[in-house]
Amino acid sequence: METTVAITTSDAQRDVAIQLKGITKVFGDVVANSNVDLEVYKGEILSILGENGSGKTTLMNMIAGIYFPDEGHIYIDGEEVVIRSPKDAFAHKIGMIHQHFKLVDTFSAADNIILGEKCPKFDLAAEREKLAEAHRAENEAYENYDEAEHPGPLAYMTKPKFHPEKETKRKLALMPFVGIGRRIKFNWLAKKRADEVQRIANRFGFKIDLKKKIYDMSVSEKQTVEIIKVLYRGADILILDEPTAVLTPQEIEKLFDVIRNMKAAGKSIIIITHKLNEVMEISDRVAVLRKGEHIATVETAFTDEQQLTEMMVGKKVSLNIDRTEPHDVKNRLVVSGLSAVNSDGIKVLDDVSFEAKSGEILGIAGIAGSGQRELLEAIAGLYKIKDGAITYYDPAKDDAPVDLRSKTPVQIRDLGVRLSFVPEDRLGMGLVGNMDLVDNMMLRSYRKGFMFLDRKSPKKLAETIVNELEVVTPSTHTAVRKLSGGNVQKVLVGREIAASPSVLMAAYPVRGLDINSSYTIYNLLNEQKEKGVAVIFVGEDLDVLIELCDRILVICAGRVTGVVDGRRAIKEQIGLLMTKTTRDVDENQVSLDDLEVHQENDVKGGDAQ
Amino acid sequence: MFWTFLTSTIKFSTLFLYGSVGETITEKSGHLNLGIPGIMCMGAIGGCYGVRSYIDSLGSLSQMSGFAVVLVGMICAFLFAALGGLIFSFFTVTLRCNQNITGLTITTFGVALNSLMLSKLDTRGFYEAGTLFAKGIVDANTTDGLVKVLFSHSALVYIAIAIAIITAIVIKRTRVGLNLRAVGENPATADAAGISVGRYRYFATLIGSGIAGLGGLFFIMDYLTGSVEYGIDTYGWLAVALVIFTVWKPNWAILGSILFAALYNASIYLNLSFTEREIIKMLPYIVTVLVLIITSIFGRKSVQPPAALGTSYFREER
Repeated sequence: METTVAITTSDAQRDVAIQLKGITKVFGDVVANSNVDLEVYKGEILSILGENGSGKTTLMNMIAGIYFPDEGHIYIDGEEVVIRSPKDAFAHKIGMIHQHFKLVDTFSAADNIILGEKCPKFDLAAEREKLAEAHRAENEAYENYDEAEHPGPLAYMTKPKFHPEKETKRKLALMPFVGIGRRIKFNWLAKKRADEVQRIANRFGFKIDLKKKIYDMSVSEKQTVEIIKVLYRGADILILDEPTAVLTPQEIEKLFDVIRNMKAAGKSIIIITHKLNEVMEISDRVAVLRKGEHIATVETAFTDEQQLTEMMVGKKVSLNIDRTEPHDVKNRLVVSGLSAVNSDGIKVLDDVSFEAKSGEILGIAGIAGSGQRELLEAIAGLYKIKDGAITYYDPAKDDAPVDLRSKTPVQIRDLGVRLSFVPEDRLGMGLVGNMDLVDNMMLRSYRKGFMFLDRKSPKKLAETIVNELEVVTPSTHTAVRKLSGGNVQKVLVGREIAASPSVLMAAYPVRGLDINSSYTIYNLLNEQKEKGVAVIFVGEDLDVLIELCDRILVICAGRVTGVVDGRRAIKEQIGLLMTKTTRDVDENQVSLDDLEVHQENDVKGGDAQ
Repeated sequence: MFWTFLTSTIKFSTLFLYGSVGETITEKSGHLNLGIPGIMCMGAIGGCYGVRSYIDSLGSLSQMSGFAVVLVGMICAFLFAALGGLIFSFFTVTLRCNQNITGLTITTFGVALNSLMLSKLDTRGFYEAGTLFAKGIVDANTTDGLVKVLFSHSALVYIAIAIAIITAIVIKRTRVGLNLRAVGENPATADAAGISVGRYRYFATLIGSGIAGLGGLFFIMDYLTGSVEYGIDTYGWLAVALVIFTVWKPNWAILGSILFAALYNASIYLNLSFTEREIIKMLPYIVTVLVLIITSIFGRKSVQPPAALGTSYFREER
């Protein structure tokens, strides 16, 4: 599926730093990368662009030695290499800065940087040769020394030393001990070890105290340590995995300056990202990946955000999911001004407002990690919120409002709120893998029954689900973890639906499922919609979102960037909204002429036209 | 009386010191080896069999050399205990088994092996060997005061203290120690830095187990002067508790083990009833629990256990 793109500069003139040919990696049934070809030149910044799950990180992990490719070849400076471990990657001067920092918290920054450093090899023969040569040269100088040329009382200081043969022999014999001595010296952690590293950091222009412990550092400082670490090891190819995801705009500017400096020093830099504006700002070329395949590599100067989005999301695929007109639409769940911070104090939800209505499916689109999980968990009472309100309108009580803010799941249930939640982590949050179907049904009804658990009705429910949803399982007493992904999901969704919810939240319910199972799930969601349930569907496949949902809420970095009508939405437009940052909004870069977009959050700088 | 108490306390503390220094080295690599009591038993077995074959190789007991018997005992105890560490590492690193279960299994195994193999052992000459093991620089019976406290001990006591100090220095001030700590704190980071997590864990566990095994040898040959009637396992648990008490610092373990031994010993030296004695014996465990509570509440990062303690590492896990 090669898109033809004009590349104007000739590739032949430039030195290739690293070349990938036909790289394929498969995890179980999932193809993470298929037949990827890629080239990185010396002294350039290459962006790797792609949606979540497009295989960007996996591809880079194969260069960094974390994963080993199933097929394909890697060439560095024209020679084929095999990278089996991070160690091999170092040997080829490749350094990767991971999204989750690989730093030891309790060490100082300097210790993290020198960690794993190898002692320089001591070549006995060469060292002996060097010593003998030095002695010979000094002896020669001694013999040619003319005292008359150096008058004065201090002349003896300039006089070369004579090394008798005995001395030379002795020193040559002791040479192995010099090697051992150097080893011991290398192994010893001197108090001033931080100074050495600090000098190198200063030379590259970093302003950071490397004696500080990592647990005292901010995210941006930790990232700087990671970069210094890679440079200290002498890497020529630097891979940065979503480096800007955790930084403030000011910190991003600083990082980009650092990257430009490194480029000027002739290093090759690969940045994994899904933020289009950053791609345009920093990179020389862009490689686009989609669903594990390499779509194209283009020069940044000859492309624009529109074209990149098209390549990233692909052509529209028709899925023929039935979508009925919503009827009896009423506000069921209203979220307003919701904000939350994570344990690092970073805002994960920022003033999120929307309403989920009965009888319709509200899709939530966004790059993974934009706050979808936190949003659903906040509604379900599993995530602490900082600000805002969550109001539920109870259909059983004439749509009387119920405040769900800061309630535990049990409190929510006791209030009579019929909220069902299909979490993305099926076997972690949704079901217990080691328990059978019946016991998993019981997780929702274990409070019923007097003294002894009621096992009959869960058993009946499990049987109903197995029959109606065609779950393939030996019996209802099989451990859930032994079922395939699709069947696990059917069990989970079946259980949640059986609770006859009035709000059904599903996070990535079709992730990892085959086509048939996916359609079963879509139909189930549609059935619920028909019944007047307010369905919230978090998805990653834009085609599905557009065909299934009545309205699509797009979030980016914890903020709502738009609400789009599902029937009229265009993929590229959602793609742009997904990758839009505050800076875009300020600069009014996104033009959405032909579409009706309800900007629900109050963004400064005015609405996009 | 006081000097005698102090002297015997230091002697008794050696037992805990070997165990806890060995376990600290192991735990620094991220291996929670609960098999330490069993491994100390294995050290005792190895040491006893080594001493046995040394005695058998001699014509008569009077030929026995103190240096040789201690050396043979130490080498055999170290190697046999290290074998226990090898079993542990094979299960947890190579087969990625649960560390707690593996450790407890090794304890059960080692303790049982101890009674199986030592009950049938021919112990003729062990008393003579034991007196050689326990020989101090000065005679404990004829000296008193600080001289007795400091110089009346046997070689194994001083070796234990030396090992503790060397271990502390290696862990804190060398690259080997730095790498070892990284493996125990964050194996993924260590791996990414090019350190072989598996190799470090294997070697740390082997060496740590060997050192702990010396404690077993010390208990039988030195502390009990060659009597094989008692098992070491209860003291093995105290060694594990001591690791927590000293917040994973081998140099602190020297003082910590003396404190533990003093609490244990006090029950014998003070004229107490049975109940009081048993309560005093509980004190080391109670102190350990208190230390755990205090370090958890005022959690300074520098006194926490290695972050990856008890977890297996597998690179391609996602």
